[in-house]
Amino acid sequence: MRKTILLITLLILTISSIFVGVQSISIMDVFDLDSNQSLILWSTRVPRTISLIIAGATASVCGLIMQHLTQNKFVSPTTAGTMDSARLGILVVMIFFPNASNINRSLIAFIFSFLGSLLFIQLINLLPHKNQVMVPLIGLMFGNIIGSVVTFFAYQFQLIQNMSSWLQGNFATVSRNGYELIYVSVPLLLIAYVYAYQFTLVGMGRDMASSLGLNYRLIQLFGLGIVAIASSVMLVTIGNLPFLGIVIPNLVSLYMGDQMKQTLWVTAGAGSAFLIFCDIISRVIIQPFEVPVSLVVGIIGSVIFIILLLKGGEK
Amino acid sequence: MEIKKVSKLYGSRQVVDGVDLEISEGKLTALIGPNGAGKSTLLSMMSRLIDKDIGEIYLDGNEVKSWKQNELAKKLAILKQSNHVNLKLTIRELVAFGRFPHSKGRVTQKDSEMIDEALSHFGLTDIQDQLIDSLSGGQLQRAYIAMIFAQDTDYILLDEPLNNLDMNYAVQMMKILKDLVVYHGKTVIIVLHDINFAASYADEIIAMKDGKLFLHDDTEEVIKKEVLDRLYDMNIKVCEMEGKRFCLYFN
Repeated sequence: MRKTILLITLLILTISSIFVGVQSISIMDVFDLDSNQSLILWSTRVPRTISLIIAGATASVCGLIMQHLTQNKFVSPTTAGTMDSARLGILVVMIFFPNASNINRSLIAFIFSFLGSLLFIQLINLLPHKNQVMVPLIGLMFGNIIGSVVTFFAYQFQLIQNMSSWLQGNFATVSRNGYELIYVSVPLLLIAYVYAYQFTLVGMGRDMASSLGLNYRLIQLFGLGIVAIASSVMLVTIGNLPFLGIVIPNLVSLYMGDQMKQTLWVTAGAGSAFLIFCDIISRVIIQPFEVPVSLVVGIIGSVIFIILLLKGGEK
Repeated sequence: MEIKKVSKLYGSRQVVDGVDLEISEGKLTALIGPNGAGKSTLLSMMSRLIDKDIGEIYLDGNEVKSWKQNELAKKLAILKQSNHVNLKLTIRELVAFGRFPHSKGRVTQKDSEMIDEALSHFGLTDIQDQLIDSLSGGQLQRAYIAMIFAQDTDYILLDEPLNNLDMNYAVQMMKILKDLVVYHGKTVIIVLHDINFAASYADEIIAMKDGKLFLHDDTEEVIKKEVLDRLYDMNIKVCEMEGKRFCLYFN
């Protein structure tokens, strides 16, 4: 029932996303477009909507995986240093290989984000008692340290403006030939689904997972790898989307529990719907101009985040 | 299962000190001893959850280190004292995890039957769809043990499973464990704090003190005043009623 409602919502939002914009294209004359409308539809609206669906799904599933890998509800690529490490990678690319392609950029970003998240996992393993609040706090601090290194060198090399554009998720620049890299996330989501049961086991902690025959470290590394690739691709093609990876998995968990095999696609769908919704707002709020979608995601996301925190505190 | 000269150091403290043991197959063995005697540590080393510093532990003739993780999980199950699972799972989902070593998450007909059996064995069938974060301590403990039961291993290691259980459930739990030994041929090794439960249900008792093996013998040989007084450094009365021994240590 809930799944059906989600699916219908997603469908309605997808259709609205395709037909909302400065250039009016009516859903009525889909089969009778002039060449200009057709160009806009196929070179920006459709790519934009597809990338929104994929990015929303990827960001929330990445968060979900990270939460299981760290046994903490408030960890996501944005609060575990993953995103900041990826940015460090991009900075390195900009300094040393300014003409690198998007694929190479993602590759370097992936290596950095993987190592960064690995370091984070090692850090929290050192914590004597994994406090629910301490872990994301350490993640934020860790991310900020890397972030300040990035800022320092970006400043030295006069790349500040260029770098800060990587910070903000923005779909306005998405058009044909340039966003296709994000399709890499689709097979990653499928792999994540295949291993969803294992990730849930990791979420039960090292001792429990090991005694049930799971190679804990291996699955943890594997999960981190998936998250690092997906996050890097996201950062290179779209940018950073704050809170999405925390808010959506937590909301879904509230209603559907934490067995990832049951919740992965719902989390993905809810992430897509939420992101499309935010993107439509970002497009209509100051028409004919746009605000970056990360701004809208950040505002709505942080409000939900605070509500979740307060609700969690009541228990 | 054979334990040979096993030691474990935490910093400079010798938590387990040169323990030599042979666990009898198909028996219920209770591990007793004062706090900090190294019982839980020994249990964790037997199940490979923590590394030992010195010594060897053989399971079916092979060092536990050389076992493949998944094969070990089909042979031996362990439940530790504190399990900080903060996932929202239903009891049934939790118990189903016990089948993971066998089916890798694809639940077969046989798995479902085992899960159903485990649920009914521990009186959880009616509440199987409740979330584990809404359970009382006793219910949660039973749910974990049902998971271990579903894992269907030859060896079952439990660290203080009677924690959080009221008298009624504690007795039921011990009876079920005894059943597993008598009718299913399992080997159960269990850390107990209440020596009376050990006296009533265990076939053999391993007593530990200060990281060392104090005594390993049949239950009748351990539940004796002269042994227990020295083990716990207190004055314990041992009396007999209906052929079972009881220890009085409350005053």
